Amino acid sequence: MKILVCMKQVPQKDAPLKLNETAAWIRDDVSYEVNEPDAFALEEALRQKEKHTGEVVVITSGPPRSQQVLREALAKGADRAIHLEDDAFVGLDAFNTAKAFAAAIKDEKFDLIFTGLQSDDYGYAQTGVILAELLGWPHATIIMHLEKTASGIRVKRELEAGFFQFVDMPLPAVLTIQSGINKLRYATLIGIKQAKNKPIRKVLLAEVQSAIGENLQKIERLYVPQKTKKTEQIEGTPAEIAKKLVDKLRNELRVL
Amino acid sequence: MPHTILIVVEQREGKLNRVSWETVTAGQAIAAATGWTLEAAVVGSSTSGLAAEVAAKKIAKVYAVESPKLDPYTPDAFAAALKQFLTAKQPKLVLMPHTYQVRDFVPKLATAMGRTVISDCIGFKHENGKLLFTRQMFQGKLAADVSFTSDAPWFATFQNGAFRGDQAEAGASAAPVETVTVDIADGVVRTQPQELFKEVKQAVDLTQAEIIVSVGRGIKEQKNIEMAKQLADALGGEIAASRPICDSGWLPMDRQVGSSGQTVAPKLYLALGISGAIQHIVGMKGARAIIAINKDSEAPIFEIADYAVVANLFDIVPPLIEEVKKAKAGG
Repeated sequence: MKILVCMKQVPQKDAPLKLNETAAWIRDDVSYEVNEPDAFALEEALRQKEKHTGEVVVITSGPPRSQQVLREALAKGADRAIHLEDDAFVGLDAFNTAKAFAAAIKDEKFDLIFTGLQSDDYGYAQTGVILAELLGWPHATIIMHLEKTASGIRVKRELEAGFFQFVDMPLPAVLTIQSGINKLRYATLIGIKQAKNKPIRKVLLAEVQSAIGENLQKIERLYVPQKTKKTEQIEGTPAEIAKKLVDKLRNELRVL
Repeated sequence: MPHTILIVVEQREGKLNRVSWETVTAGQAIAAATGWTLEAAVVGSSTSGLAAEVAAKKIAKVYAVESPKLDPYTPDAFAAALKQFLTAKQPKLVLMPHTYQVRDFVPKLATAMGRTVISDCIGFKHENGKLLFTRQMFQGKLAADVSFTSDAPWFATFQNGAFRGDQAEAGASAAPVETVTVDIADGVVRTQPQELFKEVKQAVDLTQAEIIVSVGRGIKEQKNIEMAKQLADALGGEIAASRPICDSGWLPMDRQVGSSGQTVAPKLYLALGISGAIQHIVGMKGARAIIAINKDSEAPIFEIADYAVVANLFDIVPPLIEEVKKAKAGG
């Protein structure tokens, strides 16, 4: 099976974020990491390849720093990478990001495309489904299991309130992968070494420019959310804090 | 003619989802702010009963969008049906709840129409005639006001709990219901869904717990779970966790609180090392009191906490267990 995994570099979970001068995006000088659901998507692709043979290709868009997620994926076992490299890709909406990806892979023939179910920065949960529609492929979202069948694949979708559902579908297809579908592997030293010789194809903005258009939505402003709840800070030494909390539990919340 | 707002409500097994009423409330609020007309649609194979239920609300008109191919749900059939219906009706704004089902088909629907979705919104603003949708970014650390720059129809989805379903206004009289039969060609639906099922019977019903001690990534290692359990035991409560902890197998899946786990409303929710990602918060924000212990002062959990302790949980929990035990012993 030939599988493409869409990956994204996002600010680290506990990175303090500051607004930039436009007040519509964050300052770039933070630590980044791979979007967590995308790491599970990559792991699932590697496992499928180990079971059925094939190829795993990873793709991302963003400035030079975002190449790091591709390097890590190659070190874990991906065969090659595609990097849509330009600062401008950061500002694209999901519709145009999917269009840029579709243009960058137009000469490829994948059986499956995986994305994480959503990103930790925008959290739109849309790019994978949009890409499926642009390619004319079927899709399924929030996948917790995947197996090959005679006519295609059978996937297990996670639904709300503890429900699941199996869905049979033909290939090629796009799947958005849920965190926790598998256990992530670490890159080995040998893997890191081998990754240095694996190809990364760079795609410049100009090559996909004709495929993308104006954004269909716009972030007018970004801000620290206003608190709606009154929060009382409990401060002191650990022993003092413990005593104060027990006092609240007993006298204000009446649960002790 | 004023513009039209169309709500698409969601049903499961012949019953309207609770979040559908929240979307009705959102639609009524936007209609009041803009002066636009509010309509609704129920989509399925046999929807007239549900349409009548929606028609009792303050809504100008309800459509029952029907085809035998809409049952069971598939993204292909839902996108095809709604594309046909919306192309004919041309509403300005289409609102839906941000459910797993809507996430599954609405980006496809909007793309098929060359349009976009502002997804997972928590509110809206109407400023100088411009409609803005507020949504959380960076796992809730920041918020954004987002506008549409494309032609109508505009699509927006609202997060579970963003509006109060019980505040949906009833209408003076029942709204007219029109059945619209859509034609879904053979071959449009490419996926074959099987029956829904539950993995195992849930062993723990966290929804009944009065006190919940919940752990997040800040617990660092599996062996530290024991300490949190001791605190839960001392308080006479249940232990629970955010998704990453259950994904790692440190606690069973039935201990998970959040959008993919249980939704709880205890008297006390004590969050240990939980940052407060949106997916977790939707499962516990109904708690009567929230105590959060986290060393990151910017963690979004503090936005909804009643009591905030910015500290290392490993410093606080051991003395807290002792103090609780002392208090229980009458000390």
